[in-house]
Amino acid sequence: MKPPRFDLLVASSTDEALEALRTRGDGATILAGGQSLMPMLNMRLARPAALIDITRCADLRGLRVERGDLVVGAAVTQMAVERRADLFREVPLLAQALPWIAHQQIRSRGTVCGSIAHADPAAELPLVLATVGGRVTLRGPRGRREVEAEQFFTGMLRTARAADEIVEDVRFPLAKAGERFAFVEFANRHGDFALVAVAVRRDAQGLVIGIGGVADRPVVSRLPLLEGSALDEALNELAWSLGAGDDPHMSAPGRRHLVRRLGRQAVLATVQEHQ
Amino acid sequence: MKTYAADGVHFVTLKLNGVPRTGLAEPRTLLTDFLRYELGATGTHVGCEHGVCGACTVLIDGEPARACLTLALQAEGRAVTTVEGLGRGAPADGALSVLQAAFRRHHALQCGFCTAGILNAATAWLERVAAGEVQANEAAVRDMLSGHLCRCTGYTPIVAAILEVARPPSVTAVVGVSG
Repeated sequence: MKPPRFDLLVASSTDEALEALRTRGDGATILAGGQSLMPMLNMRLARPAALIDITRCADLRGLRVERGDLVVGAAVTQMAVERRADLFREVPLLAQALPWIAHQQIRSRGTVCGSIAHADPAAELPLVLATVGGRVTLRGPRGRREVEAEQFFTGMLRTARAADEIVEDVRFPLAKAGERFAFVEFANRHGDFALVAVAVRRDAQGLVIGIGGVADRPVVSRLPLLEGSALDEALNELAWSLGAGDDPHMSAPGRRHLVRRLGRQAVLATVQEHQ
Repeated sequence: MKTYAADGVHFVTLKLNGVPRTGLAEPRTLLTDFLRYELGATGTHVGCEHGVCGACTVLIDGEPARACLTLALQAEGRAVTTVEGLGRGAPADGALSVLQAAFRRHHALQCGFCTAGILNAATAWLERVAAGEVQANEAAVRDMLSGHLCRCTGYTPIVAAILEVARPPSVTAVVGVSG
């Protein structure tokens, strides 16, 4: 339960971190808050030759509104975002989801970008980013590129990030007038990974429903404004479409049940909030 | 860029409970082991070593953190508070903090293994309450405590102790309980 040996490189800027990634090649891993990576090191599920610590990069600490997005730099902790006074007005879905992430003792170190780069299919932040239609800024030797959240997550712990790129920031679009949001999840114990998590964005045109914890990545679906039995039928189809499998934590029928039930609960919450 | 070679040992200087301390660490040395074996601060307990049990929770620059998920070298230049630093006055005085005294009154510990981590996390949580960031109610305390495993108390006395500090009862009631 101790990490294997590795070189530790402490970068003071994104340029230094990128240079380290370039020279150390595939054997190097970025270390931000460490709340997913450190357990993997302690259990020796990961054995990188080098860790590049980016938490002291001053240029990755930005948390600001820019051109209609809340931009969260790679060294910004989840707690720093949670403490932002205007968060419920700016990105309500993010404000609702953050308290579900582990515990304050983890959120104080864990970063928003780190969770998104790690891409655990049961994690809250990838689900929120995909449901609000956010983007990830990647920076590498070929410059910067922005990737839509839905294209960024490519599978279990897999993303569109190339080995020589770093997640520089993530961008959550600010809520627009008339939009309503809800986030609910079920876990065996508060703070555990979600067995199923549901995020909903509702506007005059329809519903955007994001489901986490079932498929190998967050899955976002668009539905018209439904209610009653039509909503139940649509959620049932959605539940069957995700390819839920049995695993030690829950059976496939159990997960489909949670998608139907939490889906309905989240959609209703956006209606009630509206009234 | 600072580079610390895997097979070397490196100086780490931090402020432990207000006192500058220096020790040696490999890159892979966890803050838990550095505190206990290098600095001799054995108040920080080590349970699961993967961030689940909460026993090793310390404060780094005032923020709660799992010491088992922190490299010793990451604490370079930081202020680390462990349970030894929570009491009033010098550690040698043994004067309990208000929270520690409440734990004692409520029998909020039995074996004490989880207590150091809970005291640190609760200290940070009480500061969030004082700043108006979170509400002081039982649900919120239990939510915060979900980051810690205690196999002795059933949590009820821990919740009572923390709530008493978060929402102090009248002065006479406190005197009555402690007397």
